[in-house]
Formats: sequence, C-alpha cells, structure tokens
Amino acid sequence: MRLVGRSRRPTGPHQSRRERETVSEHLLEVKGAFKHFGAVQALRGANLHVDVGTVMALVGDNGAGKTVLTKSISGIYQLDEGEVLWEGSSVTISGPKDSARLGIEVVYQDLALCDNLDVVENMYLGRETRSSFRRLDEAKMEAETRKVLRDLSVTTLQSVRLPVASMSGGQRQSVAVAKAVLWNSKVVILDEPTAALGVAQTRQVLDLTRRLATQGLAVILISHNMSDVFEVADYITVLRLGQTVAEFKRTETTQREVVEAITAGQLSSVPGMEGVVA
Amino acid sequence: MSTTSTPPAPSGAPADATTDQHISPASFARQRVAALREGELGSLPIVVGIIVIAIYFQARNSNFLTAGNFVNLIAQMAAIMIIGTGIVFVLLLGEIDLSVGYVSGMGGVIAALLLEPGKNIPTSVALALALGTGIAIGVLQGFFVARLGVPSFVVTLAGLLGWNGVLLQIIGSSGTIVIQDSLINGIANDYMSAALSWIVAIALVGAYTFQGLSNVFRRRQAGLPNDPWVFVIGRIVVLAIAAIAVVVIADSDRGLPYVTLIMVGSYVIWTFVAERTRFGRHIYAVGGNAEAARRAGINVPAIKIAVFAISGFMAALGGIVLASRLSSVDTSTGGGTILLYSIAAAVIGGTSLFGGRGTIKSAFLGAIVITMIDNGLGLLNVSAGTKYIVTALVLLAAVTLDSLSRRGRVATGRA
Repeated sequence: MRLVGRSRRPTGPHQSRRERETVSEHLLEVKGAFKHFGAVQALRGANLHVDVGTVMALVGDNGAGKTVLTKSISGIYQLDEGEVLWEGSSVTISGPKDSARLGIEVVYQDLALCDNLDVVENMYLGRETRSSFRRLDEAKMEAETRKVLRDLSVTTLQSVRLPVASMSGGQRQSVAVAKAVLWNSKVVILDEPTAALGVAQTRQVLDLTRRLATQGLAVILISHNMSDVFEVADYITVLRLGQTVAEFKRTETTQREVVEAITAGQLSSVPGMEGVVA
Repeated sequence: MSTTSTPPAPSGAPADATTDQHISPASFARQRVAALREGELGSLPIVVGIIVIAIYFQARNSNFLTAGNFVNLIAQMAAIMIIGTGIVFVLLLGEIDLSVGYVSGMGGVIAALLLEPGKNIPTSVALALALGTGIAIGVLQGFFVARLGVPSFVVTLAGLLGWNGVLLQIIGSSGTIVIQDSLINGIANDYMSAALSWIVAIALVGAYTFQGLSNVFRRRQAGLPNDPWVFVIGRIVVLAIAAIAVVVIADSDRGLPYVTLIMVGSYVIWTFVAERTRFGRHIYAVGGNAEAARRAGINVPAIKIAVFAISGFMAALGGIVLASRLSSVDTSTGGGTILLYSIAAAVIGGTSLFGGRGTIKSAFLGAIVITMIDNGLGLLNVSAGTKYIVTALVLLAAVTLDSLSRRGRVATGRA
C-alpha cells in the first residue's frame, strides 16, 4: 500500500551533499542551464532561483525558454549542462518522480482534471488512500481535501462532492492548485494560471497564488500578464533567447523596465549581446 | 464560515461544515432538486418509466402483473443484465463492445460441448474454461484497442463477425447440442427454496445496512457532515421492502430461479469494484479524461484491457445463463437480439455513451425495462416487428434524454 503524500519527505538518494558554494542558500536554484533540441538551442545559460515563502515570476517572450526551463525542473526534460541545487546541495532530476520526491509540483495550463470526477476524486487521482479490504478511504480523503481547501481559503466551492465539470474556470484552477499543495510540495510551478480566466476568477487565482507563498511554499509563476506579475510576484526573472537577462525585485522596478528586458529594448543589459547588434 | 459544503441554513447562520453532523433534511432535499435541474437525473426517469410500462401492460393484459409472470421476467432479464453489466464498464471508458453477443455464444457453446455425455469433464472445469475463453477474447480485443490504438468499434465489429464464424465452425454439422448437465440446466430452470431466498434477502439487506451505517460512522469520525438520518434509514427501508416483496411474490409462484444468485452477486461485486476500489476509480478517470489519468500515473492501456476482459467474462457468463434457459445451444446461439438488448439496457439505465458517467445499477434497471417491453408485447401477441419498433423508440428516448441532460449540465456549468 502506498503511503499518503503527507508522509513523503524529499530525502531521495539523489541528494548528495556538496561543498556549499553560495553563502545564501536558495530552496531551488538552477545555474548555467543549457538545453538543445537538434539544432535549436533552447537554453543557453539560464539561471533561476526561488526561496521559501516567495513568488518568483518567470517572464519572457514566446520561445524564450520558460517552458523548457520549468520542464527541466519538473523532470520532463534533462538539461545538457547546468546544475540544479536543492537547499544548497546538487541534485539530479532525471524524471517526474524525482521532482515529485523533492516536492516540486506543476500545475499545467490545461489543468489535467477529470471533468466527471468530483473535487476529492480529482485531488487524490492516482494516489488514492485505502482502508481495509482494498476499499477507498473516502472519509479520510474528503476530510483531507476540505482541510487543504480551507487552509488555502478556497471558499467558493459549493461542495467537494460535485463533479468539476460544473465549476467555473477559477474554481477548477483552484482545485488544480490545491491538488499540487495536497502532496506536501515545497515548490509549485504555475504555468499561465490566469490565461483563460475572467476578471473575478483571475482575482481568485492571484489571491490563491499569494496565499501559497504566505503558507511557506516557493511559487514559480509563468505569466505573460505584467499586471498579474506585478500584483503577486516578489521577484521577477526575465528570460530571453534561453538566457536569464535580468532579475528584478518587484518593489525596485517598473513594468517598463521589465518589458524592456523581455523585448531587448535595452541591449546593454543582455550578456553577450553588447556588441552584436548595431 | 463554511468552506466547501452545505449551503447556509435558511436562518442565514452559516454553519461550519465540520461541526455539522447531519445535513438538515430540508437542505438535503434542496441539494437533490438542484442536482436534478442541472441534469443529474440519476435513476428518476427510468423508475418512472418502469412504473408507466407496468401500468400500461397491466391495463392491456391482466396476466402481466402476476407472480408467475414476475418469475418469468427474472429469468428473462438475467442474461441481458449480466452481459449489460460488462457493457457498462466498456461504456464508462467511452468505448463500445459489439462482440458480446457472439462471445456469450462462445461461452454457452464451449460449456455445452465440454459437457457432452461421454467426455467426463467435471462441470466446474467446463464452466471455468467457458468463462476463461470470454476473458481471453476480452484481453485480445482490449489489446488491439489499448496497445495498437484500433478503434473499439472496429475491433469488436470484427469480433462480432469473427466469433460468429468460430461458433459455426465448432458447432459444425451437428446443428444443435442438447445440454444434459443438471447444474447448468438448473441455473435458469430450477428454483431456490423459500429458506434460501430469505437467507439471500436478509444477507443483502444486512450487508447494505452495515455498509450504510459504517459509512455514517466513518464520516462522523472524520468530522464530515452526513446525509440526514431520514434518508440513510429510508434507503435501507426501501431496499428491505423491495427484497421482501420480491421473495414473497416469487415464492407465491415457483420461487426465485437460481440465476437470481448470479444476478445479485454480480451486482454487488461489480458495484463494489466500480465505486469502492482504486481500479474502479481509475476506470472513471480514464473515461473522463485519459490524458489527466495518464499524468496522474494511471496505466491507461492496462485499465482498458482489464475492462474488455470484464466485458468478455460477463458475456460468457451471460451466455451460460442463456444456454441454461434453453437447455441447448445451436448455430444461432449468441445471435438475435441479445447484443443490442444488452447495450440498450446499459444505455436506457442511464450509462452515458460519452464515457465517464454510469453505474452498474443502470444495467439492472435497463434490463428490467427491456424485458418488460419484450415480455409485455409478447403477452399482447404483437409481431416481432412491433416489438423491435417499440424497443427502438424507448432506446432512442433514453439516449435523447442523456444528450439533453448533458446539454443541461453544460449550460449550468462553466459559469
């Protein structure tokens, strides 16, 4: 029988201690990431780091490498070159199971919920709790689901026993996020969580994103929407052409500055590009 | 403040879900009505349908609602319900199995052939081989669907043709095989003693009561709200009354045929599998969103193959029941209406053709409707043509209701 997620601890064999190179230890840090697909160089020296209790927005134009970088963290791709540090020590993430063991969960844009199942069934899909005689332990799963939703202040659901098909986009997104949190995760990656949502629902999801950080999780928010980013992010990492071109603290920058970094409005800030373009 | 569950009580005082032990009957009833409006019709239309059909035939022919005909109905619906149960699982995946008619024929014919006098094969071995053949056929067809990606419609259409051919080959020139094994013939043609009937009824109601009360207890322990006692007890009382009525009515005639044991057993076991196990949950997940299921770590092809194996097994079991009823098999075994009646039973009972929604109960309720129509029109001496037309209209009405209620759900959902 599988153990409940709550008892999982990220103590995999992949965590080999190395000499501390950095003074300040981040929860998760990627250094000098390179990744190519055939002739296409998707990442060429990307860096990012995220800390406990903060929201880090990962921004960049289409094709900047946001998705490749996060998929490398979640184990879907393997980096050609580069180092991933977890709590300061080097780790190898060679598959989705490795990242799940560390406590990294991804909420994909296309949600991955089953419409015909209710909230509890979706939250526990593939990791159901069982009691005697191989029966599903519905009471325990429902209680745990309610607790997680309450902790996240998701109050708009009428019942955790209604199929998610009957819910709004914002509610579904909340369920998908709560599903990631249920599994004792430490880093939650949100891939364009507000892309398809209306105003009120975007509000819900942004509030939820903020609460994740308040609860001590590290959140990586991938977004195109500058006003969303400036509302919830503590730090902003800008990718362009597979490189990390800028890192901002939200309180010390402006939307204009970030957009310039994304679109290369100010080429002096792009490493390696200073002399290239006229 | 209530986080997730019950809408606030009419007084306006928001009750904390975790301290509420039982939802008030009024708000429970309101939730149910709201669910109906949103297209979650449940068993309501079909129960209404059964009552209407019963009244109609009784008005036309007073023999319809007699104890004798009641016992006939049970024996007639058995195979449809059993094969329909396998179909429910296949439909839950959003797939179809058109081969169950002749797979049931394979089950009946293999059992009959192995039990021919002079072969001296024990009945249990013959039954195991017949049922095993059903499972093997299901696994084979499931493999083509799940691993090779061939649409189930085509794979099982080939099965429909192919297994019919195999049947004709193995029955050969003899044409008809008469079954002389008393156990096989007894399944549909012998009747349980009153004592055994009562034991089965009491065990069934007892198990349901235990299940219902332990559920209330567990939810209470976990601090979750429960359905109101009126409904918890009410459901048990309804089942008890139904069980008593069935036994009393049947015993006033010949009694319950032994096949009732198979029907009750498969209903209970497959309902448990579908609703209380991880495997059952994963079937619903695959039918709802196969990609989400895959990402959740579910082995989607394995689930599909297992479901086709269940369908093959239930078809073979139904085939043995059919063979038992006729005490023989011949070259037309597995043909005729059995395939379409079985699929129609699952659909009329409320299992969606679009996958992900349905219950084992739907095969049971649908089989009642189909059998009542078939039996009732038989009493009215109408032609086979009229029977088919009426059954077709009922099927069309049921599927239309499913599509309309689906539209209702979409309209109210995704606010």
